[in-house]
Amino acid sequence: MRLGLAIDLDTCVGCNACAVACKQWNASGTTGPLSDYNPYGENPSGVWFNRIRHYEVDDYPNNKTVHFPMSCMHCEDADCVTVCPTGASYKMPETGIVLVDQDKCMGCNYCAWACPYGARELDREDGVMKKCTLCVDRIFDQELPEEERQPACVLTCPAHARFFGDYDDPDSEVSRLARERGGMQLMPELGYKPVNTYLPPRTAPSVPVHPTDGTEENTSLLDKIKGWVNRTVER
Amino acid sequence: MHPALSVIFFTVISGAGYGLFMLIAVAGLFEGLLSPPLAVSSVLIGLVTVSVGLASSTFHLANPKNAWRAFFRFRTSWLSREGVFAVLFYLPALLYGFVWLNEINVHSAWWFVILSLVVFAGALLTVFSTGMIYACLKTIRQWNTPMTPVNYIFISLMHGAILFLCLYWLTTPEPTAVKGLALTALAATLAAMLLKIIYYAWIGRPAGPSINTATGFNRATVRLLDVGHSGDNFLTQEFSFVISPCRIMALRSLSMGLSFIIPIVMIAMMLGGYWQTGAISLGFVSSLLGILIERWLFFAEARHVVNLYHGAQRT
Repeated sequence: MRLGLAIDLDTCVGCNACAVACKQWNASGTTGPLSDYNPYGENPSGVWFNRIRHYEVDDYPNNKTVHFPMSCMHCEDADCVTVCPTGASYKMPETGIVLVDQDKCMGCNYCAWACPYGARELDREDGVMKKCTLCVDRIFDQELPEEERQPACVLTCPAHARFFGDYDDPDSEVSRLARERGGMQLMPELGYKPVNTYLPPRTAPSVPVHPTDGTEENTSLLDKIKGWVNRTVER
Repeated sequence: MHPALSVIFFTVISGAGYGLFMLIAVAGLFEGLLSPPLAVSSVLIGLVTVSVGLASSTFHLANPKNAWRAFFRFRTSWLSREGVFAVLFYLPALLYGFVWLNEINVHSAWWFVILSLVVFAGALLTVFSTGMIYACLKTIRQWNTPMTPVNYIFISLMHGAILFLCLYWLTTPEPTAVKGLALTALAATLAAMLLKIIYYAWIGRPAGPSINTATGFNRATVRLLDVGHSGDNFLTQEFSFVISPCRIMALRSLSMGLSFIIPIVMIAMMLGGYWQTGAISLGFVSSLLGILIERWLFFAEARHVVNLYHGAQRT
């Protein structure tokens, strides 16, 4: 198994709901607490496993805003695991999820240095490194209904821009999306083989908003109504 | 990268200690060069600097109670290897000191040659591992070069050579070999300087990931609109250390002058026979200060790729 996320940059609206859901679940989960420093003060800060950056791609008038949620990529060749001197960082052999054993971590920050994606953050209160667990304490929890056995960020996403699945299974939703939408990996030149893929923004609307051939007269009443609705709620 | 003072202090001080060990291990093989008081005092100074350096390296740990676990990933982690080599090194180092303390006259004994080689190789391996801790990180292109461990080793050798010359001059009543030792120190300093200049030329070339590969949008300009957080966080505190190019050049010149130029002039003065005790002591102190600045710059100039997600266009 090679579990990971597929993130749709076309539909992500940058609302930060995934980050908040992540913080909510993990603050009380196995890696919790995710300490906040000075939370009600002038310069609040804290540990987050998921951060959303906002980019402008290309120049006016062809520019586009792209929201970029980033969490651990659960790399196949994860240097954060190999550089760890204590063995606290490890990759689950069955699922490929990269985890930190907080009882072993000595807080040397070396794994954070080795991570190109900024996925690892030191909890200064606990003195140990913390990172996205892909909600490992959720996705295998037999007590939960099956449809809820997904990472908190995926469940909460209101734009349905996040997908969770097994990349080793070619028929899984994430594999299919990565294949059909040209899923890309970030900084592939570093050779970490990140598992999470990003689905680039579409160049054309996925639902046709205008009749394709102008032969509307020959279509049925139902199609005419559909066409009218599509034009009205033009994306 | 944020320059962590404890790590800077550790790499410089313990590097000088290991350099001194490398020098005395070689010097001990030449008959008459190393007197027992000089050898024992050198071993003591070496052990103190190495131990102070190692102790200071634990100050940057957020959870030092687990530091003992750092010896168990020798197979994959250079940090672990450095810890193992550093601890194992005490064994031959103490044995070497013990041999000289008891004034066992063993210059030609085969086991003494082997012991000297083990001391030399142990010190070399430890400094090499320290360099590899940084050189193995693909995320920081200014570090990810073979020049990093080479710089560490030669700067360590330079400090060892100057310090040994200093100790030799201060403790030997009839310093007959001072010329050869001074020339060794001069050669080590020149080599360290040359390699550091090559390193600066190397990191000056544009290379490495850019904001385009970091976001996957390779066919257009990409600009950061918003980082998504209002204040500092661990990532910006650890990786986003900003220093102006003007200050970098000023500090580079200062560090080059203090670490290499002044010691070279001082060693030359010593060779010429002017103000010898003062010159060599000043040369060592100046070099130590200069390398502290050099090591600070080593961190300050390193630009981690995560900065591409905080607004940097290139690494």
